[in-house]
This record gives sequence, structure tokens and C-alpha cells, in this order.
Amino acid sequence: MQDGPAAWLARRISFGLLTLFLLSVVVFAGGQLLPGDVGRAILGPLADPRAVAALDRQLGADRPAVMQYLDWVLGILHGNLGQSLEFRAPVSPFILGALAHSLRLAAVALVMVVPLSIGAGVLAALRRGTLIDRVISLAGLSLTVIPEFVTSILVILLFGVWLRWLPISATWRAGTGLLGQLDHLILPAIPLVVVLFGYIARMARAGTVEALEADYTRTAILKGLSGAVVIRRHVLRNALLPTITVIAAQTSYLVGGLVVVESLFRYQGIGSLILAAAHARDFPMLEAGVLSVGAMTIAVTLLADALTAFLTPAPVPGEGG
Amino acid sequence: MSAALAIENLSVAYRARGEEREVLRGVSFAVPAGGAYGLVGESGSGKSTLALAALRLLPGAGRLTGGRVRIDGREPYVLDAGGLRRLRAHDVSMVFQNPARALNPSLTIGRQVAEAYEVLGWRRAEAEERAVAMLERVRIAAAARVMASYPRQLSGGMQQRVLLAMALAKDPLLLVLDEPTTGLDATVEAELIDLIAALRGELGTAHVLISHNLGVVARLCRRVGVLYAGRLVEEGPAAALLADPRHPYTLGLLQSLPSPGRRKDQGRLATIPGFPPPPGRPTEGCVFAARCVLADQRCRTEPPAAVDLGGRVSLCHYVERIPPLAHGTIRGVAFAPVGRAPTPAVIEAVRLSKTYRVGRRAVRALSDVSFTLGPGETLGLVGESGSGKTTLARLLLGLVAPDIGGEIRLDGVPLAALAANRGAAERKALRIVLQDPDSALNRAHTVRHLIGRVLRLAGLQGAARKRRLAELLAAVRLEPRHLAERPRQLSGGLKQRVAIARAFAGEPRVVICDEPTSALDLSVQAAILNLLADLQRDHGTSTIFISHDLSVVRFLADRIAVLYRGCLMEIGPAEQVFAGPHHPYTEALLSAAGMPGERRAPVRVASTLQGTREDGVTGCVFHARCPRRLGSLCKTVAPPVVEADGHAIRCHIPRGELGLAASPD
Repeated sequence: MQDGPAAWLARRISFGLLTLFLLSVVVFAGGQLLPGDVGRAILGPLADPRAVAALDRQLGADRPAVMQYLDWVLGILHGNLGQSLEFRAPVSPFILGALAHSLRLAAVALVMVVPLSIGAGVLAALRRGTLIDRVISLAGLSLTVIPEFVTSILVILLFGVWLRWLPISATWRAGTGLLGQLDHLILPAIPLVVVLFGYIARMARAGTVEALEADYTRTAILKGLSGAVVIRRHVLRNALLPTITVIAAQTSYLVGGLVVVESLFRYQGIGSLILAAAHARDFPMLEAGVLSVGAMTIAVTLLADALTAFLTPAPVPGEGG
Repeated sequence: MSAALAIENLSVAYRARGEEREVLRGVSFAVPAGGAYGLVGESGSGKSTLALAALRLLPGAGRLTGGRVRIDGREPYVLDAGGLRRLRAHDVSMVFQNPARALNPSLTIGRQVAEAYEVLGWRRAEAEERAVAMLERVRIAAAARVMASYPRQLSGGMQQRVLLAMALAKDPLLLVLDEPTTGLDATVEAELIDLIAALRGELGTAHVLISHNLGVVARLCRRVGVLYAGRLVEEGPAAALLADPRHPYTLGLLQSLPSPGRRKDQGRLATIPGFPPPPGRPTEGCVFAARCVLADQRCRTEPPAAVDLGGRVSLCHYVERIPPLAHGTIRGVAFAPVGRAPTPAVIEAVRLSKTYRVGRRAVRALSDVSFTLGPGETLGLVGESGSGKTTLARLLLGLVAPDIGGEIRLDGVPLAALAANRGAAERKALRIVLQDPDSALNRAHTVRHLIGRVLRLAGLQGAARKRRLAELLAAVRLEPRHLAERPRQLSGGLKQRVAIARAFAGEPRVVICDEPTSALDLSVQAAILNLLADLQRDHGTSTIFISHDLSVVRFLADRIAVLYRGCLMEIGPAEQVFAGPHHPYTEALLSAAGMPGERRAPVRVASTLQGTREDGVTGCVFHARCPRRLGSLCKTVAPPVVEADGHAIRCHIPRGELGLAASPD
């Protein structure tokens, strides 16, 4: 299929919207319909049936599911993500605040892990077969399989309790400056770095090895270019494309899959918000949280695809032979 | 003055799974300054490894295990990093086989060519000026436009010119060309070869040309080395070596080529039995002994020493026995001539067109093609990439439907457009053999399963199926032991035999062969061509044989159809198409093929940039490249099809004025 970048983007965006729609249906079904009687679920098994019925009517839970769904979606389209049952307040500020927190942690983790892992992967590729290569590959692999809660606890013990270099709680006091916030974010970011390092380094190494053996690299070497120019201009440019996709895929994990890390470090991210909402049976909060993580994932994936498409040489349009 | 390249007793090994495999042993040759040296050999013989080793570019697993390399007196394996870089920056270049892979996909052509000048100390702006000049020197017309392009926007021929320009930027002493024209269309290949020869004359660069194509080597090189299983088995002046080979392998290679004008009813092609050994397998004695007709106990145990024959060398114990051999075995058993009575056609293709939609654009892959195929007849289908050969095959098989108005008849009965709507017998009647047996055969199944399945579908049971399987196996010269093997355990030639056996298993009326030998080595190709001719004779199967190799088509085909951009330009009995009068495009194709020893003024056609295919051409599709176009007539008016003696040509030029084959002198 050959069409312009605009058409391609439009198609991808519509696919993204479709995915979001399907997600909203699933989330709605899971959050609002499965518990059966919402009022009962909130008020508990001992509550007066009349109170339950009254609450259902108040929440609109006694109306047909389709109507409830449409109301919900229309509300979202108008910027109203719903009303928290627990806090008796709109959920939007909670969600936005948590998302901002999560993004900040993700950004710190990415800023640490991307240069580190790409550098290590490229170094391993350039020195492949040597001790350095083996150490990097093995370390990446072993670190990846350690669960986050293990690294989290180790990091807390090492840097927070024994060495006392950094605060163990990720929550900072209001009014703390950016640098001060960073102090709080470094420790929780380390377990994420440990998990992602292996993946990204492996991709970077594989891509670099492939580019190093490519004919175009040989052509460049035969031009008599210095090693540094060959690597910078000819190898890395082509080697790191697949790595971008991997990093993007991991970004969605960073924003939303961090329940364990967030709760260990007592960090008010979207992960812990969703967890708390689930505990409190705060369905609107839960739904809005899951949906916003989904939207974030779709957006990041789209962005990564667009970036990859922009950087990848398109295949030559095939001609029927 | 020292030689541009001197290689002495070179050995190279690759490390694979902890084992060292020797892929080159004791190779010696020299190329004088400004000389042209050809290296021929089949896949796995070590040609490319030799080139990479000479430039100290071996991949990580490769290692020089012995010998010396000198480039203009300097030794790349002794120089320090700076010296090596200077040697590469100023004196040596290489052009790789696949130009699409040899250019960096993410940099513009201009950047990549200019870079070659920047290394020499030119500033950016000057480097770019020189790059444009060099692109013009390799006969790229719109150099400025090409400079701004990315590699993917250029055709293969154009990419290879860019690589040549980059390689020549430093005005090197030595240029290594690794299969520079393989994979390009015949007319493009011919142009490039002319260009390479001309540039060598202009610049005085020494060339090492690696090729499996003996014709190309004969045209371009003064000396030739023949590699087999990592040994240089014969080496000498090109003319003498090709006319009078002194190694059984060289002789076998030359004999297995269908020589110009050779036809299947004049006898089988000579073949080299067996297959080349896998790279790196250690051998006692002579590496060629297992396939050699002369081999005896001595050959199998004692490695032959190089025999100096005065300016040429052969690695054979029995050099003196080879010239008589050259005359003894050339005539094989003749094929029985195929009697052709005027019978009703098996296949009639009527006004077949196919338009593909690409985005909003309509691309005509095939336009208005009609032909007939008689029982037992072979129709050769010739044309360059994009000519519609494969589209035609897909239409016949019912894989895609033709545009409205086209029709395919089998034994006079119209076939449904798509195979899904055809009857079982009709589907069975048409079979295909593809170019690449690797992708055609399911790797998970054994040979027995692959062929047996077709027999089961044909309704054969129990003993009858077993008997038929044995017959088929014998017909394609496979051994019963192959039945239990899977495709990956077989060589390319054997895999293609399995694919052929499978195609013939259901006793089809028509077999379509789509470039069945172009992925195979020369010595294996001859055996497959013999096999196809035999099967066709024994089964009376009609064949459509698609190929870009004219001598192969000439050997097998009774009639030939020439396609260009989806249009049938010429169709007629094979000998008439070759003898002429022929269409200007056919003439260019024939001239491009330029067999060794053939002398005639080359007819060349202008190449076009890819993507300039004009929509809505009213005249002849070939007019833009035609060396004989008649002004605006050809551009605006569709040429008529003129037929005489069953030989039809689509051209405005009167038949009497069309080209004839030059008589050999």
C-alpha cells in the first residue's frame, strides 16, 4: 500500500481510537456491570435494600447498561471522567495529578536507562566476543529477571537505610523544587532501570552487530573513513531504529504498570491510584484510571510508530515481475 | 613497478561452532597495475571470501591462517590502523554484489558520494561538486537529482553506478568488483559492463572481477582464476583458459553452459555429476575427485600439486588427459525430437490484461496478451523485471483474476478466472515450479510427504501410489534415501528436483517454470534443464518456461514470447526469433546477452530512472528506450502486430528493415 504520510497517520489514529473504544467497553463492562448491583457493592451486604435501591437510582445504576455506557462516554467526551464514590468529587483532578506523577517517574527512569543501555549495547557489539561483551550481555539478562520488588527493597536498604544518600519515600513536601523532587525520584527509578536495561541493551547490541556486518558499513570502511565516523554516521543511524520501538513499548509499562514500585516507595502515581480505587470499590475512579493508562499506551505506541516510520527507509515499491 | 595485487599462498578459515573451517587454501595469483583479473566459481567456492581477505575486511569469524597479501607492495595485514586507513582511502575500492545493501539506506546519495571526497581532504562544497562530476562520469544523466535522492529511490542499475562512482572517487589502483551485475536485468547488465570496461580504459585501474558468469569474465578480463571448494584449481590467460581448459572442473563448467544456438533436440547438456562440497569440509586428495570423470585412487588420496603449463597453472594430476576429454564427451545422448503436428491448443490465452491499483494510481502489469500453447510444446517467456512475466503466470494459475474481457481456455473450454472457482481436474492441469525451492517447499515435511501428498490428492492409493512415487523419484534422478529427508538436508539442485517431481506428480497438462534454474549454480543448472526436457518428452506435458537467460530459453523453447512492460512485443518459433527479423527490444536483449566468442556491434538501449513509467502512453511502450524509434509516430500511435510464418512482431518498422542476427564470423 502506497499512500501519503497523512493518510497513513489518519489510518493509525483511527485504529488507535477503535482500540480505545473497545477498551472503554471492556472497562465499563468490568467496572460497572460485573459487580451486579453497584449500590449493594458500595453499601455492603448488611445494608438496607431500600438504601441500596435509592443509591442505585441516584447513581443511575438501575437504567439499561447501554444507556449508562452512553452517558459515561458522553461525559468523558465532555471532559467529565466521572464522580468518585469515595471522595464524592470529580475524578479528573485525581487522575491528572497521578498521571503527571507517573510521567515524571517514567521520564526520570528513561533519562537514566536509555543512554546507559544503548551505550552498553553498542559497546558490547563493538567489542563482541570479548569479556566486556559477555559481562554486559550476562548482566543485562540477569538484571531483567529480578522482580521489581526485590530490587526496590535492596535499593531502599542500600541507599536509603544504610548509606542514607537519598530519601526512601518518593513523596516530597509541597513546594519542593525540581532538583529536590529529583532526589526523591532517583531511588524508585532504579528498579525500573534495572528491569529495562537488559531489554534495551540487547536490542541495541543486535542492531549494531547487524549494521556492523552490513555491506554499507564495509563500503564506508573502504572509503577510508575513520572508525568513529563509520560508527557514528553509518552504523548507529541504522542500528538503533528497532531500539526505538522497544523503548516506546516499555514506556507504556512505565506509565501504569508500576503498582509495586509506587506502593513500596509510597508514590502517588496512577498505578497506586488504580490499586486504591480497586480496594475502595471506587468504580468511576477505577474505570477512568484504566482508560487513561490505555489512552496513554495507545498514544505512546502511535508516537513510536510515527517516529520509526519517519526514520525508516521505506521499501522500494514492488513491481510485478 | 609492483603488482596492484599479489596474493601468495593465501589460506582463510572461519570459526563456526568452535570449529575452524578452512574455506580457502593455498591461493596464489597476481594482478598487474591496470590489469583485469577474473575469479570464477560457484556459490561456496570462496570467491567473496577471497576478495574480503585481500582487503582485510573479513567478518569477525574469519581469520587469515596463512599466506601474504600485497597491494601495490604494501601489506594490509602488516600495516597499522592509520596505514590501513590511508591505503583504503587512496588506493583500493570494492563494489559489492547487492547495491541496495551496499548503500547506507538512511543517507542521501550526495552525502555518501561526497564523503568519499571529504576523506581525501576536500571541503564539503568542493566534495559535492566533484561528486556530481563523478556521477556524470558513470553516465548518470540527472546527477543533481540523484544526489538528493535516497538509495531506495533509485533502480538497481542506478545504485550500482553510484557505487562505482564512490569506488572510483579516489582514483584507486585496485578495484574489486564482486558480482557487480548479478541480479540486474540483461540490458542494464550489458550497459554496466560496457561502462566498467570503458572506465578501466580511462583511469587505468586494476580490476578484480568476481563472477559466476563466464561470458562477463571473458569480455572484461585478461586473466582468469577458477575457484573450486577454496582452491584455485586453474589459472591463466582468459582466452586460452576458456578456449582450452586444462582442469576437468573448468571443462565441465564450460560444457554445462548451453552454448549459443544449442537446442534440446541436438543432445543433452553435459553435466558435472554430484554437487560441490560444503565449504570447509576437509578433503584428502583432490577437492574435485568426487565429481571428476578422470578421478582414480591417486586423486582421492594425494592432493595434486600446481602444474605449470607455461604462463598458466592447473591443479590436476592428469593435465595431459583433459584436451582429448573436451572432444570426447561433448555429444551426449540426443533427445528424441518432438514431433509437432497442427493440433488444437492446450492453452489459449485471449486478450489478457491485468491492472493493479497502487494507492490511487492504476498500474498496468499486463496489457492485451494473447497466445496459444500446443500439446507438448515449450513456450519460452522472456523479459526484464517488471515486464509482466510473473503476472502472466499468476493469471494462468488463477491466483489473480484478469481484467474484464480476458479469457483463458484449457482444451477449448473457458476457465474460471480464479482457481477457487475451477474444477479439481482443471486445477490439477496447471502446475508451477518456482525460482526458489526453499520458499516453495514446506520445511517441516519430508520429501516423501511433499510428493506423496500430491499423489494422494490425485486419488492414488496404496501400492499404486508407491509405484508412482518410485517412478517420479527415478524420473527426477533422486535416490530412495532422499524420501526420508527434509528440504534443509538437500542442496539447492536437489530441492529443485523435488519441486519438479511435485509439479509433475499429478500428471498436469501444463507446467509453468518460473526461472527454475536462476538460483542454481551452473553445473547444477545443466542437469535441471536436461531433466525438464526429458520429463516433457516422456509425459508430453506442455511447458511455459520463464527466464531472463536467453541461451537457456533457446535450449528448451520451441516458441518464444518477448514481453516488455506488460506488452507482447514478439512471439514466434524459437529459431526465427533468434535469427530475425526481430523486434528492436529483442535485438537489444540478444545483444546484451553477448556470449563468449561472439563478435557483433552491441545494440544498447537507454536506461530509464525507476518511477518514470508513464501512464496513458498512447504509442509503443518501448519508444522511450528504442534505439530505432521513428520520431513521434512511435510515441503517439500504437504499433501494429505484423505476422508472417507464425512469427508476430509488434512494431512500426517494416519487417524487411528490422534487425537480423549477425552471422558469426
